[in-house]
Amino acid sequence: MEKEECISQWHKTRDSSIVRNRKVFPSPEQTHQSPITPESKIKQDDTPCSNGSSGDFSARGSADSPNQLLLIVVTGLSFATRLYKITEPPHVCWDETHFGKMGSYYINRTFFFDVHPPLGKMLIALAGYMTGYDGTFPFVKPGDKYEHHNYWGMRGFCAMLGSFLPIFAYLIVQELSRSHTAALITAALLIFDTGCITISQYILLDPILMFFIMAAVLGMVKFNQQSSRPFTAPWWLWLVLCGAALAGALGVKFVGLFVILLVGLNTAGDLWRILGDLSLSLVDVAKHFLARVVGLILLPLFLYVLVFAVHFALLNKSGPGDGFFSSTFQSRLIGNNLYNVSMPEYLAYGSTITVKNLRIAGGYLHSHWHLYPEGVGAKQQQVTAYLHKDYNNMWLVHKPDNDTQSQTPDLVRHGDIIRLEHKETTRNLHSHLHQAPLTKKHFQVTGYGINGTGDTNDLWQVEVCGGRRGDLVKVLRSKVRFLHKATGCVLYSSGKTLPKWGWEQVEVTCSPYLKETPSSQWNIEDHINPRLPNISLSLLKPNFLEILLESHIVMIRGNSGLKPKDNEMNSKPWHWPINYQGLRFSGVNETEYRVYLLGNPVVWWINLASLGLYLIMVAVSSIAIQRGISLQQKRLEHSDILTGGGGLLLLGWLLHYAPFYVMGRVLYYHHYFPAMLFSSMLTGVTLDTLLRNADLLLCQPYSDWLQRGGQMVLLFTVLHSFYMFHPLSYGMTGPLAHEPGSAMAGLKWMDSWEF
Amino acid sequence: MLQLPLVVTARLDLVLVLVTLLSLWTRLGGLGYPGAVVFDEVYYGQFLSLYMKRTFFIDDSGPPLGHALLALGAYLGGFDGNFVWNRIGAAYPCSLSVWSLRLLPALGGALCVPLGYLLVLELRCSHLSALGAALLLLLENSLIVQSRFMLLESLLIFFVLLAFFSYLRFLNAPGRCWSRYGWLLLSGVSCAAAVGACPFQGGLSRVTRGQPLQVAFGSQVTLRSSAPRPVPCWLHSHKANYPIRYENGRGSSHQQQVTCYGFKDVNNWWIIKDPARQELVVDSPPRPVRHGDIIQLVHGMTSRLLNSHDVAAPMSPHAQEVSGYIDFNVSMATQNLWRLEIYNREAESEEWKTIVSEVRLVHVNTSAVLKVLAGSDVTAVAEQSTSINLDITISHDASPAGQEQKEREAELHSPTHIDVDRKISFWSKFTELQWKMLTVKQEESEHKYSSAPLEWIAMETNIAYWLHPSSNAQIHLIGNPVSWGVANLSLLAYQLLAALYLLRRRRGFRDLPDGAWQRFASVGLLCGGGWAVNFLPFLLMERTLFLYHYLPALCYLHLLSPALLEHIHTHLLSSRTSRHVLGVCTAAVLLSVFLSYWTFCPLTYGNPELTANQLQALKWRDSWDILYRRR
Repeated sequence: MEKEECISQWHKTRDSSIVRNRKVFPSPEQTHQSPITPESKIKQDDTPCSNGSSGDFSARGSADSPNQLLLIVVTGLSFATRLYKITEPPHVCWDETHFGKMGSYYINRTFFFDVHPPLGKMLIALAGYMTGYDGTFPFVKPGDKYEHHNYWGMRGFCAMLGSFLPIFAYLIVQELSRSHTAALITAALLIFDTGCITISQYILLDPILMFFIMAAVLGMVKFNQQSSRPFTAPWWLWLVLCGAALAGALGVKFVGLFVILLVGLNTAGDLWRILGDLSLSLVDVAKHFLARVVGLILLPLFLYVLVFAVHFALLNKSGPGDGFFSSTFQSRLIGNNLYNVSMPEYLAYGSTITVKNLRIAGGYLHSHWHLYPEGVGAKQQQVTAYLHKDYNNMWLVHKPDNDTQSQTPDLVRHGDIIRLEHKETTRNLHSHLHQAPLTKKHFQVTGYGINGTGDTNDLWQVEVCGGRRGDLVKVLRSKVRFLHKATGCVLYSSGKTLPKWGWEQVEVTCSPYLKETPSSQWNIEDHINPRLPNISLSLLKPNFLEILLESHIVMIRGNSGLKPKDNEMNSKPWHWPINYQGLRFSGVNETEYRVYLLGNPVVWWINLASLGLYLIMVAVSSIAIQRGISLQQKRLEHSDILTGGGGLLLLGWLLHYAPFYVMGRVLYYHHYFPAMLFSSMLTGVTLDTLLRNADLLLCQPYSDWLQRGGQMVLLFTVLHSFYMFHPLSYGMTGPLAHEPGSAMAGLKWMDSWEF
Repeated sequence: MLQLPLVVTARLDLVLVLVTLLSLWTRLGGLGYPGAVVFDEVYYGQFLSLYMKRTFFIDDSGPPLGHALLALGAYLGGFDGNFVWNRIGAAYPCSLSVWSLRLLPALGGALCVPLGYLLVLELRCSHLSALGAALLLLLENSLIVQSRFMLLESLLIFFVLLAFFSYLRFLNAPGRCWSRYGWLLLSGVSCAAAVGACPFQGGLSRVTRGQPLQVAFGSQVTLRSSAPRPVPCWLHSHKANYPIRYENGRGSSHQQQVTCYGFKDVNNWWIIKDPARQELVVDSPPRPVRHGDIIQLVHGMTSRLLNSHDVAAPMSPHAQEVSGYIDFNVSMATQNLWRLEIYNREAESEEWKTIVSEVRLVHVNTSAVLKVLAGSDVTAVAEQSTSINLDITISHDASPAGQEQKEREAELHSPTHIDVDRKISFWSKFTELQWKMLTVKQEESEHKYSSAPLEWIAMETNIAYWLHPSSNAQIHLIGNPVSWGVANLSLLAYQLLAALYLLRRRRGFRDLPDGAWQRFASVGLLCGGGWAVNFLPFLLMERTLFLYHYLPALCYLHLLSPALLEHIHTHLLSSRTSRHVLGVCTAAVLLSVFLSYWTFCPLTYGNPELTANQLQALKWRDSWDILYRRR
């Protein structure tokens, strides 16, 4: 009995000594300095069956070569699964229509607006450019055939980055759990997950984003590993790599903020530990702090800004995104009507103008042939702010009484009373004491009257900000406010999006609060008056920081403006971990080539179960430790791995998943994929730890068998499920799944799956 | 054995008594003024009337304890429920004792002040600090305003503070003391009361009130689509026909249009008709509509029957058109029978209930399901899910379309007579109500005085509660600006100080003895934590919020300020002079708190009337809405 226990102990100590070797031995010359060493030496001493270090060395030597072999296998499989059938289907799939198009914009250097930062699309464009795509394919809608255009380069590039995910996951898990099997389980889950394959194979931002997220996590984990040897070359290397990857993640999508938060929390904990280490002087602590500030804040910030600098330098031609930006911003775009503009310098009566709100992404004052619906103030014509250039943005400037036209038109001055007539519908800009549709504290603004004949509620006083009575109104350069004569309120753009009846344009109100804010300030952007001479206006060119700030605010507004539309299916965050519903990438009916983004249900459900299992295991081990039950060294180490490495992964999963519950914007299934990577890594750690503790259940030889058996079953299950579900990724034609002849017959396990 | 002399020794904290009296005086004085409906009284009053008449109602604003308490006050005051709560400012009848309606909330509000005093003592601070906290609470105009009317927040605050206090009593009491568990029990009870009184959403959001729960043949209903869409839409029809030919040349039935309309409208009303009978009135007793019943739907305004037939729908040609049937004599027979399926039923013969039931209308002739189709936003069409053979099971399970429906408080049938609850056990009633309160969908809207949580901290907003019908006398929910400033400042100072202490402790500097450090930490955790818990969740809420939602959080800050000051006094200032300076500063601050309280008193009590210029002078912030009457 005693002997048996000793043998098992020996096994355990060998296991744990491998672990300890990895902690301590990388820097044998520093062992006398490291604070960890004495403690671990004691640990080594009090394990009676330890056979000394010679065995350890051999164990370690033999551990490295399978590691590399496994890594090669993982790499090979990963690339093979992602690059297989990369050119299929030869037509535009799902969001390729957006990101492919934006890639083309970069190649054509046309300015556009997107809610995501530019790095991802720039990389796509670069990949396309390098592989001979010329930017001529229009990417109009999903399903368009590519024909002779070189699209494979862009897809291949995304797939390449996507192929790195299992490899990174393998390395991260190995670093966190120091176990090949845990790493291998994770890699297998990710390699054979149909969802990860599908999302990597198309021209999308997600593989790029996930590449940077995983790279950042890998950098962070490796950097943590170097904590005993600060300020050495590898320490700096991993710090810088982590910082660069953070910049990359944020540069692709704002979801990158979550991984920044993860790294930030980890770093804060690390610094807290360093601060508490009283053997370090305050100068050392400051050095540590500054190094992290440089590596994880300044460097990423610099790279991120650099990305934007390249973005603005590349896109110098006018394009579809102009209207989202201010007049000064537009003046830098070749082809825009404000580029080297010439128009009458001072606002005059009888001119046709467009009026732009000075709030960033505030839009043009706009009206159209539609009335406010019943129950929303007076049922008069809508006045909104609209972000695109449109003939309905044109307004005529009139005197209150009907104009008596003289030869040279009179100029509008500060304090003048004017009437603005909408050019297309001949209604006057009007306000009255009704509540505005959304901002109930403000008054409604409508279009009223016909052919310029209205009432006294159509009169507005022009006020130049910072001007005095009699000052002229400079086109483009003056900030103007329009005060409603009858009620004393000021024309205001609230920035709230109107519902469907308002064509999802922005609300315009009349605000009784007269504080000067950009929302209540406007500038005259276009100014057409044939009877005045055009003068070339050199606008103040905005500096880079202004452009950067403006584009960010526009992006954030755009993101929060992505409210769920009626006809779009609305995915809920709780759908995702249970793999409730996927996304159609391509094809609907029987004859078409169908690709359906859906995670391998076996993998995803294993992940889900492991999350619960993980919590149970942590609870059990914590309770055992809290109650002072004496545990073997091996169990303590497992518990450390679970709470340390597992905790980090759980935090990553939470950070990439929980925020979606409070997000107001429209959500899709693919938003879960970064979280899914963390979940899979956690699964690797959890299941591996579980199997390693099989000896709690059975005695020695059988427990090993159980462990091996469990690993085999797991691997086989994942492989078999991949074999069953692979048509989801690699395409299916023929009958739909509910018919017997289909490739997916009998696999529609949930009614919500649409294949 | 009686021991003589019989002695009762009583110790009376005179300060506490004084504070309590002052608090009662500020909260209860002149409670009957104004004798008109003030702000949300219009909202709670409706429930009050329903309670008085013992009508069952569903309210999305929260559990019923608060309403029941208000109703108790009303009952004692002899209110019979006969008052129409229709607008703010409506004068109460003379027979109504306004005073009794408002008494209970005012008492709750008044007791908050001594409770604050005791709480600070329980936090192991001195009596002077306790007095400071009590004064801050006493002179907080917003708490006074909120207490003096028939509103629930003051009761909520009272219960929250009581729970907090009794829990501290439990923790601080010596172990194994019997009364200790009494405090724990009291804490639990007041937690439950706080939750029970908690108005999840006050405000003037209309709810379905006074409606029968049960839908009967003859009921007038509106049917709301339960398909996930940002704006709700109701089954609608109007006097316009489908065009004979669409733009793409397709033909239609040229019958009356049926759409899904996003606004409340008289054209959204439908009457449920039994196909076997001609009359439309509700029987007595009403015959409930059950799962599986065959019904017809009559459009209220045009009397057309909801109909569907094998004609392509206007926007989605693969689906069947739905129309209001007009007999054009063109051999197009009526197909207007619908089978009702309650989607979320528990029993096979479940009755159709207002709001709760998600129902599906299955067209009897074609087995198609009434559905609002995505993409064609205004067209309700009957959809056949499978094109060739009508496999009934598939066609049903594939389309999770349902309708929530609402029933009008019908003049046809008084709601008070329906007694649906007799058979239901208390627990099933309880769970059903809980679930309903959490899931009743709210329409997001903005109110003139609604505000965003971040505006509360600096009090950038106010709420006008009442304006005298002829003069400038008015009541506003405005906090005491000075004490709000003090509260914010102390929160900030505490955080900075705590961060400093933590960093220094980590480096091994023990600035404070362990006991003092623990007390400092626990004060911060309890008060700062209380503030965070009562404030931060609002940042994530997407409902209409008002300034008074911030008041519970504010109370915690008022407890924090004196505790922090005491800490600074005992542990950070060592010299006698600096302590004197602090004392003088504190006195000055308290004086200015009192002055600003005094300044805003006319807006708090609505008395005396101010001139426009005086009101203008009170507008300390541009964003405040203070009303002037034009003369």
